[in-house]
Parts: sequence; C-alpha cells; structure tokens
Amino acid sequence: MIRVPLPRFGRFDAWRSAARQLASSRTAPEVVAWQTDDSAPDLFGAEPMPAAGDAPVTATKDFLDLARQVASHSDPERFALLYTALIRLQDQRGFLANPADPLTDRLSKMAKSVRRDIHKMHAFVRFHELPSDGLRRSFGAWFEPEHPILEAGTPFFAKRFADMDWLIATPEGIARFTGEAISYDPPAPRPDLPADASHGLWATYFANIFNPARIKTDAMRSEMPKKYWKNLPETQLIPDMLSDAPRRVQAMADAGASTAPARAARITAKIRPMPDDATPETLEQAAAQASHCTRCELCHAATQTVWGQGNPRTPLMIVGEAPGDQEDLQGKPFVGPAGQLLRQSMEKAGIDPSRAWLTNAVKHFRFTPRGKRRIHQTPDAGHVEACKWWLTQERGFIQPRLTLALGATAARALTGNAKPLTPRRGGIEPAFDGGDTLISWHPSLILRLRDDAKEQALHELQSDLARAAEMISPM
Amino acid sequence: MAQRTLQEKLAILSDAAKYDASCASSGTTRRDSRSGGIGSAGGTGICHAYTPDGRCISLLKILMTNFCIYDCAYCINRVSSNVERARFSPEEVVKLTLEFYRRNMIEGLFLSSGIIKSPDQTMGDMVRIARMLRVDHGFKGYIHLKTIPDAAPELVAEAGLLADRLSVNIELPRDDSIRRLAPEKRPETIRAAMADVRLAQEASKEKTHTGKRPPRFAPAGQSTQMIVGADATTDRQILKTSANLYTGYRLRRVYYSAFSPIPDSTAALPLVKPPLMREHRLYQADWLMRFYGFEADEIGAAHPSGNLDLAIDPKLAWALANRAQFPVDVTRATREALLRVPGFGTKTVDRILAARRNGPVRYADLLRMGAIMSKAQPFVTLPDWRPGALTDSDSLRARFAPAPEQLSLF
Repeated sequence: MIRVPLPRFGRFDAWRSAARQLASSRTAPEVVAWQTDDSAPDLFGAEPMPAAGDAPVTATKDFLDLARQVASHSDPERFALLYTALIRLQDQRGFLANPADPLTDRLSKMAKSVRRDIHKMHAFVRFHELPSDGLRRSFGAWFEPEHPILEAGTPFFAKRFADMDWLIATPEGIARFTGEAISYDPPAPRPDLPADASHGLWATYFANIFNPARIKTDAMRSEMPKKYWKNLPETQLIPDMLSDAPRRVQAMADAGASTAPARAARITAKIRPMPDDATPETLEQAAAQASHCTRCELCHAATQTVWGQGNPRTPLMIVGEAPGDQEDLQGKPFVGPAGQLLRQSMEKAGIDPSRAWLTNAVKHFRFTPRGKRRIHQTPDAGHVEACKWWLTQERGFIQPRLTLALGATAARALTGNAKPLTPRRGGIEPAFDGGDTLISWHPSLILRLRDDAKEQALHELQSDLARAAEMISPM
Repeated sequence: MAQRTLQEKLAILSDAAKYDASCASSGTTRRDSRSGGIGSAGGTGICHAYTPDGRCISLLKILMTNFCIYDCAYCINRVSSNVERARFSPEEVVKLTLEFYRRNMIEGLFLSSGIIKSPDQTMGDMVRIARMLRVDHGFKGYIHLKTIPDAAPELVAEAGLLADRLSVNIELPRDDSIRRLAPEKRPETIRAAMADVRLAQEASKEKTHTGKRPPRFAPAGQSTQMIVGADATTDRQILKTSANLYTGYRLRRVYYSAFSPIPDSTAALPLVKPPLMREHRLYQADWLMRFYGFEADEIGAAHPSGNLDLAIDPKLAWALANRAQFPVDVTRATREALLRVPGFGTKTVDRILAARRNGPVRYADLLRMGAIMSKAQPFVTLPDWRPGALTDSDSLRARFAPAPEQLSLF
C-alpha cells in the first residue's frame, strides 16, 4: 500500500498534486490509501510514494470542478473514488459526460450533496455580534455542516461581509476573517456566543411572518432539514406556532366579518373612481372614458386602451387596424415597426405625423400568447362594432376633412364595406358619418410582403399619402 | 397613541406583509462587498429559514406602513379593517435590514406598503429607503420594491435603478374581480405599470450611441401575484391570464397565493380554508408553461371543468388526456417530446440526451438519472421496457390518484 497523508486544510490541492504524480506512473488505484484524519488508520506498512512517471496526465475542467466538490464530502472513500476516476479519464475521456455510468453517477450525487450542504451553510449560519475594540464590527457563529465544507463554504462570507470581522466555528475547524485572506485553524470547543438583541427581533419576525391558516410542514422540513435546527434559534418557536395555529384560525372564523370604522367610507369616497357613462363632451373626456372601456372582451388581455394621438384640429385622420405589441405597451398608436414605416412615408409625403390625428379602428390589442411572444390577431367584426362608439366620438370632436383608412379593418369600420381591398385601394369612399375616406394599404401588410409586391405596395401607400397631402393642403 | 417600540412595529408590519408570496432573491447582477459596502448578490437566491406555512424566508418582507386608503376586500390592511396600524420610519427599516443582514438572516429587503395619502407620497418614501440602503450604506444585497401603480414615472424610474426587482400585484385573475373586490384599483393601470417596467428594462439593455451601457433597470426583473380562490375563475382562465402576463411583460414569476382567511375579514369574502393543493397544482402548471413548452390552454383543457385535477399533477393529467401521443420512444424522441413524459424533469431530459450519445438508455439508467419511473412507465418505450396495453388502459388514472375514501356500508 502507498499511504498518502492529506492535511486538514488545503486538502484538495494536496490530493491533486499527489494524484497527478501517482497517475503519471499509472499507479493502480487499489494500491493507494488516501489518509485523512477522518479515515481509519492504516494497519499495514506503507510503501514509499513512487517517483513521477512519464505518462501524460490530463484532466478536464469539468472533472476538476467535480473533484473539488467531491473532496469536501464526508465519505472516507472520496479521494480513492476521485483517483479511480482520474485514472479512468486518461483513456476514457468521455465517461464523465455519461450520466448512466455508475461512477459518474456516484460522484455527481456526492458533489450534489456537498453543494447542498454548502448552500445550507450559506443559509443557516447565524452570526452573533461580538465585542469589538477596533473600527470594524465583529461577529461569530457556530455551525455544524454535514460534510467537511469549511474551506469550500466560507469564501462566500468573505465576499458578502468584507467590512466586518467574523469567525465561523465548526467541528472541523475555525475560519477567521479580518479583512484579508480567510485563515483556518483546527477545531476548538464550541464557543459561547453572547446574547444579541437582533436575534430577539428576528424571532419576532419569524413568528409574525407565519400564516397560521396555511400549514405545510413537509415543505418546511424538506428545505430546512431537522439536522440543522439545533443551531437555528428561530426553530424553537415552531412547536408553539403550530400548536397555536388552529386556535388562531378558529378565532378568525368566530370573529366573522368586522364592522368598518366610520372613517373608511369617507376616505374611499374621495378616491374611488366613479363610473362615468355620460356621453363625453370633449375629446379629453372621451379619451378618459375609453381608458376604462369594457365594451368587448379585448380589454382583459390587452394592457391598455390605445387612444388616438396627434393634432385634434387637423383636417387629416389616419385610421389603422388596432394597436400591436409595442403600441399596447406604450399606450400610443403607430409606434411599432409598421407605425415607423407609416411615419417615414408620411414625412416623405410632406405630412408631419404630429399634425395629423393617428388612431385605430379597434383600440385594444388582440393577441394570442405563444411561447414567449404575443402573436397579433386581427380583430373580428364584433370588436370593430364595439369600438365604433369610440371612433364615432373621436371623429365627432375632430371632424377631419379627409380620413385615410389603412387596411381592410379600418376600411370596414369607416365605410361598413367589408369587400376585398385590392380593387378599392386608392379610391375615395364615403365614411359612415359622411366624410371622405381614402383607402390604402396597412403598413404592416407591406412589412409582410416580399420583393416586387412589397415595392409596389409601398409605392402605392406613398402615392396615397401624397394624394392625401394634396387634398388637405393647406394643412 | 403611545409610541410603539421597534419590536411592536415589526410584529404588526411583518404580520401585515405575509400575504405576499414572493420571496425570490436570485438572478440579479453579480456584485459583492470586496469593493466596498456590505453585502453580495447575483448567485442563486438563498432561503435563510422556513416557516411552518411552507414558505421560505429569503428577504425581510415588511410593509413600510399598513395604514392604507384603499379598500381591497381580500386585504387585512384595507381601510375598512380594524387591524392595528403602525408605521416604520425610513431609518428603522434601514436598521432592521442591515442588522438582520449582518447576522446572515436575510438576503435583503422586500418592501411594500399600504397607500398613504397618495401613490406618489408612498412610492417616494419607499424609494428613499432604497436610496439610503444603496447610497448611504453601500448595501449590495437584494432589494425588491413593490411598485405603486399610478406613481409618477420618475419615481418608478429611480426605483428601478435602486432595486433588483420591482413588482406590481395583478391581485386577481379577472378584471371584473379586481373592479369588484379592489374598487380603488384599475386592472388597466396595473398592467400599464408592468408594461412601463418592461419598456424601461429593455431600454436599459440597449447601448447608447457612445457605446456605453446605461445602468441596469431592475436586473432581477419583475413579478406579480394573483390570489386564487377569492373569485370563481377557473384554473384554465388563471393560466391564460398568466400566459398573457408572462408574454406581455416578460415577468420572471407569477405567484399564486391561495386565498387565506384574514383576521378582521369583510362580509364581501367568506372565510374559507385556503386551497393549498390548488395553489400547488397551479405552480406545477406554471412550471410546465415556462420550462416544458406547454401552452396554457393545453393544460387547462385536460379536465372538462376547466380546473386542474387536484389528485394528480397537471403533466400527468395532460398525458392521460392525450394518450395518442404516447408511448414515447426514449431512444429516439426529441427533447420536446421527452419533456412531455410524466416523471421526466428538465434535468432528467438533459441527462437522457447526454447519455444517448454514449449508447442505449435502459430502464435502470433512467432510474439512476432521476426519472420517476413509476409515473413514466405507461408513457415510454425502452430497449428493455414496453408498456403494452398499459398506455391505453382505462384504469390508468386510478393507478396514480390516491384511492378515494371508502364510504362505510354501515
């Protein structure tokens, strides 16, 4: 047997350099005994460490990450298993990537158990404030992990609590931090930690954040296993919290509904939004009412009503189909990709978008969620009909000389005519309230088209806009 | 009124905060105190304790005050409740946060508040607390601020720069329920507040013309909470609402909170036992939507009532209702198909895909890789396992559902 003693601290690095040397002569795992103070003393005489061989030794980063974690496991066989894995890795490079391999499986379960224990250490260490004579405050804790994780678990605290001195004492040893590197010392008897007023406040918090009407002790115990309870003072409150819970729930039931204090109605009367069904007298009133519209079901899924925007004293109203994703989020019409195309085309035609009135036939976004996106859906006749109330209001206050209807939905809302758009595009039709309506393509159609068809449709929209500019001139 | 001690205030204002389920502290920007200040964040969130209601304590979850001018029927802090009221000073909140933090009891602060005077006043005070923690004390831990809908945009903008996460609660799964039970709130305002947060987050990810990145806005994203069981909404509708919220506002999480009796309740809502199993099934269904490629309607359609089967998990319920898609050949199936097998989690599926590259995957391998084979058996074929008639067996559901309680004949 080759006996390799490993020190209490810096153990992984010691294993790593010894393992590299042993592997370079392909020393068989069976003849190596890795000695830690927690493993059984070797009963047999020891052979000397063989000299380094010339076989190359390589280890992947994945293996080293895994090995570093496994090295903190309490299993006395951990270093032997790791060495076995290192030897196998030399001519079977991929075996660690196969979760069905028994050694991979065992090592990854050990690593997982160590990660969990480290995580629980980060969660369940509780510091008490210690007297301090310097500028830095000083804290101490006692913790009993499942595995020897002191070295692996404490760098977290140095990063988190860099501005205070702390020590964490465990049965494995003591970690101390005073602002530089963490130092590790052999174990000492459990320290007496002074009483700390913040722990009393913490108990108050723990007892009061608990809802007695929900009892799910399994969930609590699976995440906060009982083995950690002895060092978590708040867990001492749990039996009383549980035994008192039924009484508290019963008391709520017995008390029943309470009588509101007199001030409640006075306060809510001042702030409660009141239903406002009166026919609006101004465009602003119409916009305010529309923001709470529930005339069709689209309001439930959409973010908000997207009201028209622009100059209310304009001769030109431009009506699209309905808000899209961006319009819905921003609450403004024609701000998405199609809107940008429209605005560019308007500028080219000499129409300042802020001097026209831009709006939609339907004022809520219609979509269906798919995966991580909202897929636009064309509003149907019912939505157009429900929303016509608002379009009528808008038109009544603005009284445009000319309306540009973009796409079939807008054309239908304005003229009542649902026939195909191709023969109608570029023509002028009377709107339901009598104004002239120039029919054109919706810019989102242009974005969907390709090649020549796209060029032509864009050209047509552009020429319709130019015609509109001419018709309303001087604007 | 006599001056309350800090302990008395803490008791009242943590009791008042416990109906908010959110406690996440993960997924924010990586930072720590080696460059000054106190605290760290950015890795996996840490749950520092668990209470017997099964909820974790990761953050100090308190209200700034439980005085409130709103009258939401489900809420213990509504204006018409006779609950004891208290108000922390900003200094007290900062002190509690830092002292608990230094003792390693919390990851940070989750601050919410009743609405006092006005939304702006309330939001302004909350932002001030966050600013004191971040700027005056160099606090690098996690901060979650509840956003008050209707608060001024510049306050929300500052909140997003100070906090890791912002949240606005949608409160109830249907607009008419919100209007009825929370008459001072408006569903469209709540959604617009979420949309604003999403837009601000996206804007903060874009480089400016100088190539600089603007400061991150709410790097841990936003979340929301829905109360389940206070109105008659079906689970199918609840899941659809969630899908709308996830896709619309890029939420990290929708929390489902089983409606729970409160002291000092109102006649508008009956005191019922909180539907904890329903809440659990909704979380499972939510997971299926976010990580398993399920759409809300697929899950919701598995049961004609529109509610999730309480006796079996939603993935199993979906598989039982869609048996034509099974059995799945584990040797050849796509990742998408494997994710739909009951008993296979995302990690199991990853392991199967890795193991397949090294040779055939057998029954015992699946067991080792964490598959729950008692569930998966009827739905998979393997080199050494065929389900035969099991997949289409009429009694398949009974295999998984707990036996109904036998009625006594006597």
